[in-house]
Amino acid sequence: MSIVAQGLRRSFGREVAVDGLSLQVGHGELYGLVGPDGAGKTTTLRMMAGLLTPDAGTVRVHPEATTAGTAASEGLAIGTDAARAALGYMPQHYSLYGDLSVDENLTFFGRLFGLSKAERTTRMDRLLHITRLTRFRDRRAEALSGGMYKKLALACALLHQPKVLLLDEPSNGVDPVSRRELWDLLHDFVEGGMAVLLCTPYMDEAARCHRVGLLHHGRLLAEGPPGDLVARFRHPTVRLFVDNRDTVEATLAADPAVLAVSPEGPALRVVVRAGVPSPLARFGGRVESVAAEFEDVFLGLLRDPDAIAPARAA
Amino acid sequence: MSTPPVIEVRGLTRRFGHFTAVDAVDFDVQPGEIFGYLGANGAGKSTTIRMLCGLLAPSSGTARVAGHDIATDPQAVKRSIGYMSQKFSLYLDLTPAENLSFFAGAYGMRGAERRKRVEAALEEAELVDRRTTLTRDLPGGVRQRLALVSARLHRPAVLFLDEPTAGVAPDARRAFWRDIRALARAGTTLFVTTHHLDEAEYCARVGLMVDGRLVALDTPPGLKRTHVPGTFLAVETASGLPALRSALSDVAGILGVQPFGRRLRVRFALGAPLADPAALVAHLGGRGLANPSVEASDATLEDVFLELVRRSEPKEGAA
Repeated sequence: MSIVAQGLRRSFGREVAVDGLSLQVGHGELYGLVGPDGAGKTTTLRMMAGLLTPDAGTVRVHPEATTAGTAASEGLAIGTDAARAALGYMPQHYSLYGDLSVDENLTFFGRLFGLSKAERTTRMDRLLHITRLTRFRDRRAEALSGGMYKKLALACALLHQPKVLLLDEPSNGVDPVSRRELWDLLHDFVEGGMAVLLCTPYMDEAARCHRVGLLHHGRLLAEGPPGDLVARFRHPTVRLFVDNRDTVEATLAADPAVLAVSPEGPALRVVVRAGVPSPLARFGGRVESVAAEFEDVFLGLLRDPDAIAPARAA
Repeated sequence: MSTPPVIEVRGLTRRFGHFTAVDAVDFDVQPGEIFGYLGANGAGKSTTIRMLCGLLAPSSGTARVAGHDIATDPQAVKRSIGYMSQKFSLYLDLTPAENLSFFAGAYGMRGAERRKRVEAALEEAELVDRRTTLTRDLPGGVRQRLALVSARLHRPAVLFLDEPTAGVAPDARRAFWRDIRALARAGTTLFVTTHHLDEAEYCARVGLMVDGRLVALDTPPGLKRTHVPGTFLAVETASGLPALRSALSDVAGILGVQPFGRRLRVRFALGAPLADPAALVAHLGGRGLANPSVEASDATLEDVFLELVRRSEPKEGAA
C-alpha cells in the first residue's frame, strides 16, 4: 500500500467532521472518496496531506510498493520531509499567483521543492506537454479558464514527482471537456504506478475510480470497487411506466418501502426495498427491471445501512 | 404550440472589442419549460445569461424575456426574473428570516407585504422552526430550499438556476428537482446552466454553446441520437488495460475509447461486427485476454458535448 490512514478522527468544536475513518490506497490505484458537501472529504484529505492534525489516528506513507499487512508503524509518518517528498496535494482552491505566467508559477513551485534548473526545465516541459498547456506558457494564471487553471495547479503539484497524489474535488468548476481530459490524465498516472486519492461530490464520477469509499457524516458507509458495490446491492432497481408520473412520484417519495425515486425519461426510476410487498403493484403500470447505478446504491445506503451484502471471503 | 414563448432570442450577439462572445444566437423557451443551457468555460453562456437578465446590452439582435425587450426595457426584465445559484445567493451570517427579508427589500417590498411574503416563504421552505438558525448552520439541502424561495419572493415568470445543486447530497438533490418540476408544472419557466451533465438530463430541452454559437438544441435523447449514434460497450478484463487496449486496436468500427476505472468504455459505429457483448467477449477471449466481460452502456450528454466541441474545434479542445 502507498498511503494508509487508520482510525482518523477530527472534530471542530462540537461538530465531528471525521469519525474513525480508515482507508488505504495502493500503487497504481485510483481511489475515490465520494460524498456530498459536509461529509468530511476535505478534512480527511487535509489530515492525509499532513496539513491538519487529527484528534486521533495515524497516516503513513509507503513510497515503495509493500506487501499487504504491513505493520502500522512502518512507512513514513506524515509531516516528515521524506513523507512530504512522496506526497502531492492539490487543494480545492489552489492559490497560484494570478499575475505570474504559467511558466513563472511552475518555476516558483519548482524552486520551492529545491529542484535544480535542469530538473525544472525537463519536468516543466513534460508537464506542460501532457496538460496541453505548452502554448499557454506565457499567459498569466488569472487569465486562464477554470479547466486550464486546474491543470496548471495539477502540474505544480506534480513537479516533485510524488508517488502519492491527493486531489480535492479536481473536477469542481471544470467544464465537461477539461473534465474528461483531467480524468484521462489521472488514468495515465495510475497506469504508471502512482497512487491517486481524490474526493468528489459527484456520484457519476465514482464509476471512473478503481475503488471508492462512500463518505457520509465522517464515516465510510461502504467501500469497494464500484462494480462490486453495485453487484452487492440488495435492493432491486426498476423502471415504472405510469401515465400520471408526477403524482405517483410524490406518493412513492413518501413510501417507506421505496428507497429512492426519480423521473427517468418517460418513466420513474425506483429503488424498491427488498423483502417487503411491492409498493408499485397498486399503480398498475409496467415495471421493468434495470441494473442499479452508483447513485441508487448511495441513496439505498442512506435509508438502509445494510443495503450492501458482505463481500464474499476471498 | 399556440402560447407565445416566454423567452424569444433572435440573432443575439455581443462583442467585446474584436472578440465575439455571443454570435447570432436564436432560440425560444416555452412557458413552464425546463431549459438547459450548456457550454465550456468561455463559450458565451454567462454573457448570454447576463443579457437575458437585463444586465448587459446586446451588440445586435434582440431578445424578449417575459414580454419585455432586454435592450429597451431591462428594468422590467429584472422584475420578471429570479436568479439562484447554489454557491452565492445567501448571506451565511444571517438567519433564514433575515435573508428573506433582505431579498424582499431588494425586490422593493415594504411593510406588511414584505412581512407576509417572508412568512409565506419560510413556510414554503419548511423553515418556520429554524427561522433563527444561522444560514451557515443549515444542511446543504435546506439551504438550497431557502435559496430557491428567496429567488422566488417576487413571483418571477422566469427563474435562472446557475449550477443549482453542485455538492448537494443526492437525496436532497432529488427533492430539489421535484420542487423544480412542480414549479414548471405551475407555469414558471426554468433556465438552467450546469457543468454537470447528469443534471442536464432533467431538462426538457438542452442547448449547447461552443465558441459563442448555439451548435445544438434538442431533447436529451434527441441529442444523443443525432450526435453520438452507435453502440457503447463497457469492457473489462483481468489482463489489465494496456493488454485490452492493444487487443482492441485492430477491431473495426471503433469510434472512441475512454478509460473508466478498470474498464474501457468503447463506442462502436452502428452495425460494426463486434458491437455486441457476446461477439466482443468471444473475440477478446480468442486474443488470449483473461476473463473478458462486456456490458452494454448508454450514450451520455457528456459524449454529446465532447463530440460537438471536437467537431467545432478540430485543432485543440476548448480547455
